[in-house]
Amino acid sequence: MDALNWLIEPLSYGFMWRALLAAIMVGIICSVIGTYVILQGMAFLGDALAHIILPGIVFAFLIGWPLAVGALIAGVLAAVGIGALSQRGELREDTAIGIIFAGSFALGVAMLSTVDSYAVDLSHILFGDVLGASVTDLWITFGLGLLVLLTVFAFYKEFMVLAFDPTLAKVLRLPATFLRYLLLVLVAVTIVVSLQTVGVALVLAMLVTPAAAAQLLTRRLWTMMAVAALIGAFSNVVGLYLSFYVNIASGPAMVLVATAVFTLVFLFAPERGLLWRAGRERREEGAVG
Amino acid sequence: MPQLFPHHAIHDAAAPTLALEHVSVRYGATYALEDVSFTVKRGDQVAVVGPNGAGKSTLFNVITGIVKPNRGAVHIYGSGPEGHICVGYVPQRNRIDWRFPATVFDTVLMGRVGKIGLFRWPGRGDRAKVQTALEQVGMAEFAHRQIGELSGGQQQRVFLARALAQEAQLLLLDEPLTGLDAPSQQAILDILAKLGQEGVTMLIATHDLNQAAEIFPLIMLLRRRVIAYGPPGEALTTETLKEAYGSHLHVIHAADADLLLTDTCCSGGQPPVGQIIGHGSEEALSHYDVSHPDRQTRR
Repeated sequence: MDALNWLIEPLSYGFMWRALLAAIMVGIICSVIGTYVILQGMAFLGDALAHIILPGIVFAFLIGWPLAVGALIAGVLAAVGIGALSQRGELREDTAIGIIFAGSFALGVAMLSTVDSYAVDLSHILFGDVLGASVTDLWITFGLGLLVLLTVFAFYKEFMVLAFDPTLAKVLRLPATFLRYLLLVLVAVTIVVSLQTVGVALVLAMLVTPAAAAQLLTRRLWTMMAVAALIGAFSNVVGLYLSFYVNIASGPAMVLVATAVFTLVFLFAPERGLLWRAGRERREEGAVG
Repeated sequence: MPQLFPHHAIHDAAAPTLALEHVSVRYGATYALEDVSFTVKRGDQVAVVGPNGAGKSTLFNVITGIVKPNRGAVHIYGSGPEGHICVGYVPQRNRIDWRFPATVFDTVLMGRVGKIGLFRWPGRGDRAKVQTALEQVGMAEFAHRQIGELSGGQQQRVFLARALAQEAQLLLLDEPLTGLDAPSQQAILDILAKLGQEGVTMLIATHDLNQAAEIFPLIMLLRRRVIAYGPPGEALTTETLKEAYGSHLHVIHAADADLLLTDTCCSGGQPPVGQIIGHGSEEALSHYDVSHPDRQTRR
């Protein structure tokens, strides 16, 4: 069968196998954490966090450490730093984030510009290089991803209360401050895990887009997470095949597929889609007039 | 910072449900609350009224323990609020993201998260409590609806059920009737009355003086300090109202009575409400709706 061949043929290359595994894992992890990112209104923070960890990645790159280690250290530092800054209340939180965001991104690019292979390295860091994923990268993704998902599972009900009604979290004496930092660290780890696949510039789409589509299709938190994970993994796989056959960059291809899925859901979702609502209004008008 | 595994306070049954002693809260140089002292007995229902910025939400935040007073102390059944998970609160409806992916059941179950504790999942007992709470507020048949698919009155009842599932002894309600139609308001009031009989103590923040005076047995007039606290007939006099509302209040000497116009409208977007206080100050309050002068009728 041609269609089957079309699916199987790319897998005769080892790099495609590794890319496929990375894409699926990243799609799942990003979408699950992304559910909290959009429910807590942390989209801007997530984007900032991705840019803020750039100096950590470049530093690790320059001294020959695994990139994930440098990114992780920078990510955790940034998460705690932003949390501390926004607690002080002297600056608006988005202002504080904006300053750190731009400053550390500039620092990262400046550090990278000292290297000869600057242009190639920068584009990999900005847009990812999933086709270059090594077996070690896969294991790191798997290990960190499992850690993230287990943490989400362990604190499921507490994170839900915190996202839905922060005042209730305090009234029930949940460790709200601890949970808020923990969530920031989980977002940072997720971003680190995703850099190889989509890069700094596009990781936000992986966090936000599948979760946003899932919210229009579901009415409970765990189903939203599950549907988001499905959409994320599906988009990444389709994007990867697209990049193989149409010869476009893989990271942007994945994000474009996810965006297309979101657009379809936004238009056609039962009950909450644009067309559905327009149709209902017309039916109601018809009933009245 | 709260501990990861907090120790929950034990109630002193002899102590009043709620007691504030000389509580002051300052934000920078301005006082939100100043030297506030009062006691609420078990089963009391107190309407907290006052102009915008009178400190109603600060008062609630101090009672829940979210805000620490700069001076004075809050006691719930004899000990500070930090250890208690028996304080329920019903938020103003516009504070909630109704698109949140949670069913009615999920939302009420959230009230039990404190009791369940970290790293544990809700058991059969928790589910039974949620079911009972839903039945008490008449929302059992809506358990699987997403919360955004409910009417305003139903949403308010879900939050009451959440406080019930939490087994709250002291309930703080923020504008629970604002924006609801008359039947929905009545449904909420019926539930509150039933809870009162069961010994649940309540503080209800409201900007609607008329309604507060009609419905609730106790009224607290708040403007940074407690200006008056007692049954409506005693707490609401020309003097206390003038003190509470100050420049928001206009006194008009009409032919038959003194007319007090209070600008109580706020986030609820309700029209200003006029009140008439008879010449005899002990006389019960009677009300005119002066927002439509051509339709002034005595209720």
